[in-house]
Amino acid sequence: MVWWIPGFPLIAFAITLLVGRRLAEPVVAGIAVMATLISFVLSTILLLHPGTPGAVTQLDWLTVGQTHIGFGMQTSHLNALMAFVVSLVSTLVLLYSRGYMAGDERFSVYYQYLNLFVFSMLGLVLSANLLELYIFWEMVGLCSYLLVGFWFFKPEAALAAKKSFIVTRIGDTGLFAGIVLLWLASGSFNFDAVFQAAQSPGFGLGWLSGSGLITLVAILVFLGAVGKSAQFPLHVWLPDAMEGPTPVSALIHAATMVAAGVYLVARMFPLFALSHAALTTVAWIGGVTALLAALIALTQRDIKRVIAYSTVSQLGYMMMALGAGAYAYGVFHLFTHAFFKALLFLTAGSVIHALGGEQDLFKMGGLAGKLPITRWTFLAAALALAGIFPLSGFWSKDAILTALLAGGHGILYAVGLITAFCTAFYIFRLYFLAFAGTPRDEALYAHAHEGGWVMTVPQVVLGVLAVMAGWWNTPIGGHPIERYLLGDAGTSFFAGTSAGDIGHVYPENVLWMVISLVVALAGIGLAAWMYGARADQRAAAAASAAGPLYRVSLRKFYLDEIYESSVVRAGKWLARIADGLDRFVIQSIVYLASRMTYAAGWGLRLLQTGQVQTYGVVAALGLFVLIAIAMLRGGVM
Amino acid sequence: MGGTGAIQIPTGSILALGAILFCIGLYGALTKRNLIMVLVSIELMLNAANVNLVAFSRLGVSPNLNGQIFSLFTITVAAAEIAVGLALLLAVFRVRKTTEVRDLDLHRR
Repeated sequence: MVWWIPGFPLIAFAITLLVGRRLAEPVVAGIAVMATLISFVLSTILLLHPGTPGAVTQLDWLTVGQTHIGFGMQTSHLNALMAFVVSLVSTLVLLYSRGYMAGDERFSVYYQYLNLFVFSMLGLVLSANLLELYIFWEMVGLCSYLLVGFWFFKPEAALAAKKSFIVTRIGDTGLFAGIVLLWLASGSFNFDAVFQAAQSPGFGLGWLSGSGLITLVAILVFLGAVGKSAQFPLHVWLPDAMEGPTPVSALIHAATMVAAGVYLVARMFPLFALSHAALTTVAWIGGVTALLAALIALTQRDIKRVIAYSTVSQLGYMMMALGAGAYAYGVFHLFTHAFFKALLFLTAGSVIHALGGEQDLFKMGGLAGKLPITRWTFLAAALALAGIFPLSGFWSKDAILTALLAGGHGILYAVGLITAFCTAFYIFRLYFLAFAGTPRDEALYAHAHEGGWVMTVPQVVLGVLAVMAGWWNTPIGGHPIERYLLGDAGTSFFAGTSAGDIGHVYPENVLWMVISLVVALAGIGLAAWMYGARADQRAAAAASAAGPLYRVSLRKFYLDEIYESSVVRAGKWLARIADGLDRFVIQSIVYLASRMTYAAGWGLRLLQTGQVQTYGVVAALGLFVLIAIAMLRGGVM
Repeated sequence: MGGTGAIQIPTGSILALGAILFCIGLYGALTKRNLIMVLVSIELMLNAANVNLVAFSRLGVSPNLNGQIFSLFTITVAAAEIAVGLALLLAVFRVRKTTEVRDLDLHRR
């Protein structure tokens, strides 16, 4: 059964690939949505009946010497939960795309890519070994490249697609190196074998001790996650990936792309748990990312960019949780975040769709009356993101903050709180700018309308989930998700671990809950004061008062410029040197060789006179010479 | 063998005749401008070989009839060869309107 979870999107991909162009739009969309829907149903069954965690069904794929590499599907509580989230969000996004992409001339190609994307991600979260995971990992990267650059005729989209591919590739290199090192040290790609080898005393390579190797490998693997999950300093691709169609953003940000990095760290958690240095790195990178992205999001003008930076920031939270050893909370936040972030993008898409492609927040306003469903679902998602009781984001974010404080990471807790304040502020800034007040652009406003049912139904479903998803991990129910996820400990999925190894859990603390709630409400209050209906010039006044700080945030801490002037320029110089070397040294050697051959041929051509008698004379002369030699030396040889 | 009254010609002379004949033929084949003359020269070279075959069949280390039979073969084959050669010559002449060897330099291209 597990095979069919990624299997159905693959079948849908094959159908749309082969005959998609000849099918009508509803048929293409119908096939794709049905396939992911079946995957979702199967994932739900798997979620409820995960069986023995770590069970593998696989085929023999490669045999190299003594190494047998399988290709298969592994089930566990973590994998089942991931497959559930991925297939659920994907189904809704695919349905929504039917309305958003209607009339696009490459409609079937779009669905083709989406199906492949969903297939790759489902394959990734069910992979049975590291090599297989890496293959799906790269396929996810490829699909995001294709989809971000879907409107490749726009130069920005083509550039953004390239950027997303190249930046994540830097991380992928790290992951690949990590996998190779693990294989060298343990002789296997299987997770259980790798984990067991890492815990055995004889682990290590000739030049590196066991603990050093574990730290190195964990950090290399984390580098892969940094690229994929847009952590500082490789986060720059994600906001640019906004050039793709908005449903794609929803998919990338919620389910299929950035979740992969967090999943990878969670999947390899037993390895991270063995290295304190690696965990600390993860936590601090997460913290820096969360705060930095939240600060950037404060001032962005593009509606999708604000949400994109909020994704980066929330991914930072997840990494902080994982780095602090709170494995279950990191995954739980991934779970709730998937719903409200997908919803934020779908509502943003609905706004953009209604305004005929306008993404500038300062041309919106007063949309609450025109787009009621979008307004209420956006509000639900915004409250969830801000972490307001009792919506989903509150439970997961508060669990992370609790884990940070209780786990002795005081500074990171402060970072988390500041981030929470900024988060509440920027998302409600967006809400007030888009939905409250009066329209800033009458022409756009007059045209605005709600999308069809295919667009509103996914919004409502996700709205319900954004409100309720957190309730699956409250003290009232006895933390079902926590217990579910920790059920993987000690099984062959997390070979050789105990529950304490793979994650700490902490009881809720009412005082800390109230603190984070107050902080979030303060953020919302500030946003209302600055951007609410009667705010007038307060925002502009604040911006000019903040002066350089405002500009730093607006220009995204100049990171793009820094990369441009350092890495990109260095790369260009290197390319230029290589180009010169190729053009003038290597090419001239090759040219010389070709010239020499040509000259030799030209010389020999003179001998080819076509005069049979000349040839005969030469042959006869040769014969005479041979005879002369034979006569003088008594033999030709 | 070596019947009475027959004139005894030394082997060397016969071989010299063959060699001279061959050289005349080779010279002709390599220098004559006319294709017909080239064919005639080739015939000379074949006959030089025949002289040698016959000479050795009579005066060689172990004289027997093989050499003479060989020379009969050679004469037959030479006849067939000259027929084919003349046919080719006619065909060439029809197409190129010449029998000059120098003009037949299609190999050059």
